[in-house]
Amino acid sequence: MDILLQQIINGLTTGSVYAIVALGYTMVYGVIQLINFAHGEVVMIGAMVAFSVIMALVGMGLPLPPFVIVLGGVLAAVPVCMAIGYLLERVAYRPLRHAPRLAPLITAIGMSIILQHLALLVWGRDPRAFPQIMENASFAVGGAAISSVQIAIILLSVTMMAGLTWFVYRTRFGIAIRATAEDVRVAGLMGVDANRVIAATFTIGAALGAVAGVMYGTYYGIAHYTMGFILGLKAFSAAVLGGIGNLAGAMLGGILLGLVEALGAGYIGDMTDLCRWPVFGELLAERCAADGHVVLFGSNYQDVFAFLVLILVLVFRPSGLLGERVAERA
Amino acid sequence: MREVLLEARGIGKRFGGIHALKDVSLTIRAGEIYGLIGPNGAGKTTFFNVLTGLYSRDAGEVLFAGGPLELGSPHLVARAGIARTFQNIRLFGNMSALENVMVGRHVRTSAGVLGAILRTRAQRAEEAAIRRRAEELLRYVGIHHRAGDLARHLAYGDQRRLEIARALATEPKLLALDEPAAGMNATETAALRQLVEGLRADGLTVLLIEHDVKLVMGLCDRVAVLDYGEKIAEDVPEIVQRDPKVIEAYLGGSVG
Amino acid sequence: MSRLKPAHWFGLALVAIALLALPLVLTQVGTAWVRIANFAILFVFLSLGLNIVVGMAGLLDLGYIAFYAVGAYTWALLASPHFNLHLPFWAILPLGALLAGMAGAILGAPTLRLRGDYLAIVTLGFGEIVRIFMNNLSAPFNITNGPKGITRIDGFGAGGVNFSTTDTLFGIAFTGPAKYYYVLLVLMLLVIVVNLRLQNSRIGRAWVAIREDEIAAKAAGINTRNIKLLAFAMGASFGGIAGGMFAAMQGFVSPESFVLHESIMVLAMVVLGGMGNVWGVIAGALLLSFVPEFLRYTVEPAQQAIFGRLLIEPEVLRMLIFGAALVLTMRFRPAGLWPESRHKREMGERRA
Repeated sequence: MDILLQQIINGLTTGSVYAIVALGYTMVYGVIQLINFAHGEVVMIGAMVAFSVIMALVGMGLPLPPFVIVLGGVLAAVPVCMAIGYLLERVAYRPLRHAPRLAPLITAIGMSIILQHLALLVWGRDPRAFPQIMENASFAVGGAAISSVQIAIILLSVTMMAGLTWFVYRTRFGIAIRATAEDVRVAGLMGVDANRVIAATFTIGAALGAVAGVMYGTYYGIAHYTMGFILGLKAFSAAVLGGIGNLAGAMLGGILLGLVEALGAGYIGDMTDLCRWPVFGELLAERCAADGHVVLFGSNYQDVFAFLVLILVLVFRPSGLLGERVAERA
Repeated sequence: MREVLLEARGIGKRFGGIHALKDVSLTIRAGEIYGLIGPNGAGKTTFFNVLTGLYSRDAGEVLFAGGPLELGSPHLVARAGIARTFQNIRLFGNMSALENVMVGRHVRTSAGVLGAILRTRAQRAEEAAIRRRAEELLRYVGIHHRAGDLARHLAYGDQRRLEIARALATEPKLLALDEPAAGMNATETAALRQLVEGLRADGLTVLLIEHDVKLVMGLCDRVAVLDYGEKIAEDVPEIVQRDPKVIEAYLGGSVG
Repeated sequence: MSRLKPAHWFGLALVAIALLALPLVLTQVGTAWVRIANFAILFVFLSLGLNIVVGMAGLLDLGYIAFYAVGAYTWALLASPHFNLHLPFWAILPLGALLAGMAGAILGAPTLRLRGDYLAIVTLGFGEIVRIFMNNLSAPFNITNGPKGITRIDGFGAGGVNFSTTDTLFGIAFTGPAKYYYVLLVLMLLVIVVNLRLQNSRIGRAWVAIREDEIAAKAAGINTRNIKLLAFAMGASFGGIAGGMFAAMQGFVSPESFVLHESIMVLAMVVLGGMGNVWGVIAGALLLSFVPEFLRYTVEPAQQAIFGRLLIEPEVLRMLIFGAALVLTMRFRPAGLWPESRHKREMGERRA
């Protein structure tokens, strides 16, 4: 099996999900320069709602094709998440628009805790096995395998990215969003209703997040009330990597982060195998002979990569790959 | 002629495609009030921010008090002896007026965490000295009666004075004031003028950016004029006032 | 400092007697309550540490519990059969504080130029990294014993007093938890004094100045980089000491104890009580420590009585209350329930 190619395929899949979640962070950041801290929880709720609907549909025993059932889950998750996204903006952000920057962040943390524990009440403490009703066919690609779910996730993500780009660059409302991102006051003078635009970025981001949640649940086959936290953190890292506030940046950042993670997880074990190192190999000769490997960091450190990437980006290129340099201001 | 305190040589600064400062050189002598004027957007505040280390510069150097001035880190500039105020007043709003000035003493004092926790004799002595000096400075700028009030509760004119007191607390050799008269009425401006003249009388060198040309011409010993990021004149007010280039810059070329 | 009036002395004496008698009274109610009081003190300790970072310097740190973990694991590794080391407390506590302080500086260094909200996310990630390492550093070399944690940790020991047994002095029985209470009380008083003294010092003023307006602070000659690092390191070292005491008291540590929720809980205490105000923070910590315990004793029976079964676990209810407390405090009392008296409505940098 071609490990490199396989990890690239896996990385593209998770990267697509990160990218879609990252778009939610970046859109909100673009218009109000604040992090929507609870976005990860929105994604989690999307996955959970879809899970319940899919289970219910399966339970009814209707002769529906699997594709329709999953679509039903998505169609239920999207409006729920949009409502939550809207609520978030109204409760945690709008009342504090002129407060110090930390205030909305703290309310958003509060909202995120509330959402998480409401989900715990509704869906329970244990991870839920996400129903695998889609036929998961596997196709061979040059020594690696790609599953139909992976293909679906990548295609759907690309479609959503294209759709969002079209929306933001080609529609009237999209232009209003970009104008608000450029300068809220001037956009207001031109007749743009900033409140509507800001609320829209929260709800659009939440809708994308809902779909991402379903994709993530389907891919890993599991949904849990805490899944939003780490997924949100990674997607945020992706948004920062690409340059927060920049749509193309979020997409690029998401894909790159997915690749870094997959390749890192695939190779870090080999790279930190002390038996392969000159000095340590001799020191540990006995153990190496017995076990074959003395791996310092295995793939169980996968979750660390996103944070390392985040920290490195912030240190060396705080504006991200595609972000403009923020003008100095006294 | 008095000795040179500050000499800026060929300062340049770009923002993206905009050339905010082009080869600006000027010389400030010890004990004078030096005015820097120019139309809106001429680069006065940019020059100020480069000089005080808030902006990095793209070209040039500054000699200060006989040595090169390390630009790029504001606290080192403050340590070297240049203190500034801001066009849009920047105080520590939720600290008292007295505390604001006490913060200004930071750079001339040394007590650390350990001293503070143990309340060592040296720390208590230093703390008392900081407080004394801060009170003196509040009295000097005339707002001692507001010492205990939060800075953000002070009247506009008093906030300007407080900012000057905080700057003075760093024991500057050069005090740089960024449009101190902006937003002031005639009475307040007159009082400010008195204050600045008092500073000169006490031997301090002052760099003044100002919009109010009348104030500058009346107060300053020498004046430089910036236009589109370039210095177009530098001399005593009487000569600068009659310089055709200056008149053109201000009146947009309508003078025949 | 002005002399205290007799009335104040009387009040102080009452408070002192109450604090000294508390564990004896609580023992009568149940030893569990002495443990709860001990944890409340531990959280006061943690909150005051975080108050330096968030309240005074205005740096939102969401990974604070990582420093608590560093302190706890320092104690656990140096005073347990795990490595067969049994160092005394006077060696471990300062070392834990030092290591946690260093971790704080390491976290602070790359984040100093960041705006507040970025900082929050990075610190969050950092807390997670520390936890992941503790979970995984059991192979190939067993350092932390992984998710199973470290057991049979030495208790606190000083002057021949055994802190895990009951001793009788002057006819009064002092249980193990009661003895810890007095140690923690002393440490807490020290931490309060340190906080109060720092607040009105050259460094404390520099922290508040940075919180109020970083650019003006720079222009006033403050080396903001060093002063912020100092805030991180100081706050972290408090967390390290608290962590050490936690390990000693529990006799057991595992990565489970250092999850994000704990960071959020400490943050909620600081925010709710009143960022920057030492007394407000203490009140916030005590409030959020005791209220959930009362809930535990009231909510469960109440639900059983009304619904016949447990609908909402107290633990979940507690987190819901924390979440709501954060939202409502920011909305209606942004400076906390007991705001800093001088710095009434403040925190973080102003919106540009």
